[in-house]
Amino acid sequence: MNMMDYMVAAPEMVLLGLICLVLIADLFTDDEHRVRTFWISILALVAIFFVIDGTATESRTVIFSGSYVSDPLSQILKMAAVIFVGITFLYSRDYLRANEIHKGEFYLLGLIGLLGMMIMMSANSMLTVYLGLETLALSLYALVAIDRNNVTSAEAAMKYFILGAIASGCLLYGISWVYGVTGSLQFHEIAAAISTDPSLNNLPLWFGLAFLIVGIAFKFGAVPFHMWLPDVYQGARTPVTLYIASAPKLAALALFLRILVDGLGVLHDTWAAMIMVIGVLSLLVGNFAAIAQSNIKRMLGYSTIAHVGFILLAFFCGTEQGNAAALFYTLTYVVAAAGAFGMIILLSRRGYDAENLADFKGLNARSPWFALMMMFLMFSMAGVPPFVGFFGKLNVISAVIDSGYTGLAVLMVLASVVGAYYYLRVIWYMYFEEAEDQAVLQASTDTRLVLSLNSVAVLALGIVPGWLLALCIQILG
Amino acid sequence: MTQHLLSILIWLPIMGGAALIAIGDNKDAASSRAGLMRIAALAVSVATFLISIALYAGFDNAATGMQFVEKEPWVASLNVFYSLGVDGISTPLILLTTFITPLVVIAGWDTIKNRPAQYFAAFLILEGLMIGVFSALDALLFYVFWESMLIPMFLIIGIWGGARRVYATLKFFLYTFLGSVLMLVAFIYLYGQTGGFDLFGFVDAPLTLTAQKFIFIAFLLAFAVKVPMWPVHTWLPDAHVEAPTGGSVILAAIMLKMGGYGFVRLSLPIVPDGSEYFAGMMIALSLIAVVYIGFVALMQKDMKKLIAYSSIAHMGFVTLGFFILWSVSGNAGAGLGMSGGMVQMISHGLISGAMFLCVGVLYDRMHSREIADYGGVANTMPVFAAFMVLFAMANAGLPGTSGFVGEFMVIIASFKANFWYAFLAASTLILGAAYTLWMVKRVIYGEVANANVAALTDLNTREFIVLAILAVSVLLVGLWPAPLVDMMNVTIEQLIEQVGQSKL
Repeated sequence: MNMMDYMVAAPEMVLLGLICLVLIADLFTDDEHRVRTFWISILALVAIFFVIDGTATESRTVIFSGSYVSDPLSQILKMAAVIFVGITFLYSRDYLRANEIHKGEFYLLGLIGLLGMMIMMSANSMLTVYLGLETLALSLYALVAIDRNNVTSAEAAMKYFILGAIASGCLLYGISWVYGVTGSLQFHEIAAAISTDPSLNNLPLWFGLAFLIVGIAFKFGAVPFHMWLPDVYQGARTPVTLYIASAPKLAALALFLRILVDGLGVLHDTWAAMIMVIGVLSLLVGNFAAIAQSNIKRMLGYSTIAHVGFILLAFFCGTEQGNAAALFYTLTYVVAAAGAFGMIILLSRRGYDAENLADFKGLNARSPWFALMMMFLMFSMAGVPPFVGFFGKLNVISAVIDSGYTGLAVLMVLASVVGAYYYLRVIWYMYFEEAEDQAVLQASTDTRLVLSLNSVAVLALGIVPGWLLALCIQILG
Repeated sequence: MTQHLLSILIWLPIMGGAALIAIGDNKDAASSRAGLMRIAALAVSVATFLISIALYAGFDNAATGMQFVEKEPWVASLNVFYSLGVDGISTPLILLTTFITPLVVIAGWDTIKNRPAQYFAAFLILEGLMIGVFSALDALLFYVFWESMLIPMFLIIGIWGGARRVYATLKFFLYTFLGSVLMLVAFIYLYGQTGGFDLFGFVDAPLTLTAQKFIFIAFLLAFAVKVPMWPVHTWLPDAHVEAPTGGSVILAAIMLKMGGYGFVRLSLPIVPDGSEYFAGMMIALSLIAVVYIGFVALMQKDMKKLIAYSSIAHMGFVTLGFFILWSVSGNAGAGLGMSGGMVQMISHGLISGAMFLCVGVLYDRMHSREIADYGGVANTMPVFAAFMVLFAMANAGLPGTSGFVGEFMVIIASFKANFWYAFLAASTLILGAAYTLWMVKRVIYGEVANANVAALTDLNTREFIVLAILAVSVLLVGLWPAPLVDMMNVTIEQLIEQVGQSKL
């Protein structure tokens, strides 16, 4: 072990150092100047982005006795996570300030959560994964409860915490079974152990596998482990929902790729059926339940479940094409989700959360530009070309058909048609209805600019999707 | 310029529309800014039309294969190309698109009070996307244009439509979206077979009969909804009735043609055996559309609904003309049916557009589409009455108008196929005349029905120009269809040859 080994893990270490810095700086900042914490956090994120970029390697490097891995997958996911956490901070700042919950802890917990995500993305052993997962989860529980005087937030946090603890328990239990059977916690050793001794591929291992899948499905919010998701999305303050809806989805993707593809990829035949059932259920429950919602945060929560269904069905294929499709889908979905929640924050103001669908009524009259941006985001989520969501769905369906499941592909496109309805409803409210609320939008210039870029990105990526797709294929090829 | 002619035709209107949106809107339709928007929109649409004349001039009637071809890689890892080209089937439809759009812009000139810039932008973007559909040679590119097209139309009906606009536009969007997603599955399946999305690759791909049947059904859902064919036509009367005049015109004149175009561009050449297998069913559905929907049209009380149903009946001729191919012996008869269907598409584009514009003229004055609210309009609007009667006659298929040519060709071709096909198809000559002329009688002729009709003023210059241009073109196609038919001949011969080669 020499210094060079530590360099590989520089992003996490530098981030940890910067978190301490933010913590101390925040201690010496009073509420009036809280925005300083925001700027320091943004600077920290910029620094981390360049550290990740600077330490990036083409090859796969495993350090810390096989517990930590740095490969192109982890680097791209970390960079994306850093960007989305930064966007979250930016969209949230004005809202938090207006609602007098502008606390340094929001940024601090956000950064700690990011550290957890980065550890998950670079995990090469079950314990590292678990460590990262808990770091992220604990930050999220606290973030949901950040507005402690708000009853719904507190309730959501409690629900999230209890269910999350059960899921972590399941995951840990599954890990212990896999460890018991294979004698290792490191993914490549687990894979090697099963390959060399096929007799291990038996009931005890499958038993552990089932618990692992429960844990992973919970983190994704897949049916039937989705109960927490709509409640937390609705109950948390909108900036926190935005945080949960964006970067942690990338971490969940990493969780899946590391455990079930890197570690237990040889068991694909065993887990594929479970993943398919979970994926199809998520797709159907998510899309049908979203139709009935009048709270847009809750609606987007159910829509997330439906999108998770798509991601899981991409993994179900078990092919490189399928994994690349899942990566592409997740990356582009997070862009749209960040924009959509950013738009909800944009419409909110002091003491008023624009969280009902009806709040979007007549937006075209109030602000034609942002109505157009929201329309881009909604059509992208619905999977209508030329927006990037279409290419996400196209890749997944293409992977599914290539694996020979044309019937499943038909089910997926039909579910998308059901899904189109509730996205169209947002557009209908924005364009075809009269405004109930005539207040002028109050966002600052930088937020407006980034939100516009964010929304235009779903169109731009839809027109030139080639490079991102090629990148995803290269990483997982 | 000629090597990028199609790209210019697609992107000029789209960029123009985007610019209109970017410059922003002004709620006051009477302001000078809104006036400038109108002029800009008209300039862009007229410029597109003028450029499309270069397409007509440069088009070689005798050449086989695609012309004005452009091919650039688009999504390399999926083997998708930005691949454009036109032949004798698509060129007339592109010309129809560029011809109708400026008229729609003029028709909406001062009748659109609410957000004029967005209105014109939507039509310009729609125009570009429609030209894209007609010129795409890559299946994925085709699909992207095909689906994107729904977005502006969804907004046009939803924002500027009538009282039940939300219901109508959601039905329109979801119906057509549902129809087309299965086409995407078929495309991806074919992609798996051929390794690319190239339409010619699809045409050359060997396919089993079972696969061809499934693919045909998937295509059928997409195209039958668009045409629309009975029994998936129910979205059309709603959409037409609620859409603003310009939306109805584009919908009837061009968007319905996408379905017919899809059949000849995709279904027939890619799955010839599947098409043959289902030809009987297609003929039956077409004849049901012609006869049954003809009777339905007869019973309508709403003028727009009546024209909408008449559109479905007329489009039945198009699909009939395409699918009697296998029942006719000899290429000449098959070619006649096919060309008849194509001419019918162009002619119906002109006539239905004109009919909807006529109803729009009345609606702008009376705010009613009910036939019962009118009567004796000829007394107060003589010039308008003359136009309306001309278009009604054309709709009924009077010789000398464009409506006659296509229908006559299809009827002759179906006579060669089967007497009863021709018998049923020819019933439209009676039914079409009945529902159209009865409507004209009730609206235009007779005593002045009420004070509102008595107060009507005749066409203004703007309306006169639009209707006069359409009247001239309806007569031109009716009296001298040769240039149109010549343009298609080579392509249709080639297509029939292609369809004749079994893939089994």
